Amino acid sequence: MALPGRSGAAAVCKYLLLLAQENCEFRPPEISSLLSLYGGNINNQEDHGTSPFCVLNIPCEDLARKIMNRTVCAKSLFELWGNGKCLDELKQSVQKYPLERMVPYLQPNSTYKICIHSFNKTLTQKEKIEKIDIADGQRELINSYSVKKRHFIGNTSMDAGLSFIMANHAKVKPNDLVFDPFVGTGGLLVPCAHFGAYVCGTEIDYNTVHGRGKATRMNQKWRGPDENIRANLRQYGLEKYYLDVLVSDASKPIWRRGPLFDAIITDPPYGIRESTRKTGTQKEIIKTDQFPESHVPVQLTYHLSDIFLDLLNFSAEFLVVGGRLVYWLPVYRPEYTEEVVPRHPCLKLISNCEQMLSSHTSRRLITMEKVKEFEDKDQYAHLEDGHYLLYQGHNSFREKYFSGLTKRIAREERARAGEQNCSDFGSTQEQQDV
Amino acid sequence: MKLLTHNMLRSHVSGVTRGFPLIIRADEVKLNSVDFNREFVTRMIPKLEWEALVQSAESLGHGSDLPRELVSGYENDEEFLKKVHHVLLEVEVLEGALKCPESGTEFPINRGIPNMLINEEES
Repeated sequence: MALPGRSGAAAVCKYLLLLAQENCEFRPPEISSLLSLYGGNINNQEDHGTSPFCVLNIPCEDLARKIMNRTVCAKSLFELWGNGKCLDELKQSVQKYPLERMVPYLQPNSTYKICIHSFNKTLTQKEKIEKIDIADGQRELINSYSVKKRHFIGNTSMDAGLSFIMANHAKVKPNDLVFDPFVGTGGLLVPCAHFGAYVCGTEIDYNTVHGRGKATRMNQKWRGPDENIRANLRQYGLEKYYLDVLVSDASKPIWRRGPLFDAIITDPPYGIRESTRKTGTQKEIIKTDQFPESHVPVQLTYHLSDIFLDLLNFSAEFLVVGGRLVYWLPVYRPEYTEEVVPRHPCLKLISNCEQMLSSHTSRRLITMEKVKEFEDKDQYAHLEDGHYLLYQGHNSFREKYFSGLTKRIAREERARAGEQNCSDFGSTQEQQDV
Repeated sequence: MKLLTHNMLRSHVSGVTRGFPLIIRADEVKLNSVDFNREFVTRMIPKLEWEALVQSAESLGHGSDLPRELVSGYENDEEFLKKVHHVLLEVEVLEGALKCPESGTEFPINRGIPNMLINEEES
């Protein structure tokens, strides 16, 4: 579905992308995912590391506009007429730019304005760069979908910026079917529905799904009558994209077999703020007088490495070919190597971006794409091949998280959470404080 | 619970072979108006178990308009697509249960939300 250039290779334009200076690692995969989603060449980015500028070679302005219509990492995009380290270099560079592309902007009745953007220092009006601002990114989404303004939230609701980045890494597009197996209060479904996908999810906690029980917000004891995922989507005018959210255990096979979902986006419970659970048999049935109908079976600890094994197997089976899995992997940093990232024969690793949580812990946003049809033998791949063996260390993440130094950080973080009371423990603001 | 979701669910009671389709016991059904989206419906049809959809829609009294079998060229039949849209997204079971066709285990539906957990102590 490659978009036609205006006249072959000669029509490729250079664009200068101005990126927001946060979530730096997440930016290149977001831009490549969007390029790939809209049929652009994904190998045309020049890597600028942590620089806020990135040069893109894009065949047509239409594609550039589509990307800017989705990105939450980029602020603006400019048609790049030239660049240089000094004024002479810049002048020479601009003079090489094809005249026919400048002509539309150089008519007698056309107006112009010169803007000077600087990064990390203040400049005087010295450099004059002719540039045309063609489109702005979707940075305002981060504010308009802020968790603080959302009706229904939980202890670990994802901050809006990261949830939109996840939907972009997953290449979510209109009319997709997107699933979150650990849906919680549905924060990851919101950006997917915003991009026109139909959404569904499962959650093991009956009270969360039904919007009952204790409130997460300070100064509010119990949840209100209309605090649920559907109401959240309704708040943003997205209810038509709501399919269903079910009370279910992500480790149980409740779906008819086959490639049902176009994307799977999730933030599995690590057991820090919300415990990891699955159902099983054990004495000690939890039933409360307040919600006697809740039918809560015994919940067992769900080992983290089993969660990831199940999640990859599930995605391999239930994603369409070309569909993506995007999820968070908690990492104890001193022990991290790329080998600990779980693999699967049907899934290709697309990107792996780190977000710091504390000096010793972080979480990694893993994006994988289904590249081959699932066969029954694939679910046992981890047993046959050492390469697919899961990192057992994931199991003790919780203990490591709360050990020694991280204990103090966790304490401070809880105190901060008490003040803010509605941001996730991994939000960028807290990350900067660590 | 919408019938689109129902069409993708199966019973996970241990020992069942297919566990599909779950039998719907509806105590309260509600009709919601949802914007018709031709492209989405057209994309979903090949993923459906058609016979099960017709059967479950009929069991709720909303399937009489649907053909028994899927006919080719449905992509261009707007009237047909609207019927499928209605059955998939606008008919909702608010109260009732889903019954496993093999073991008879019931999964309750409360306030439109199915509870697929099995209390193994009870079974």
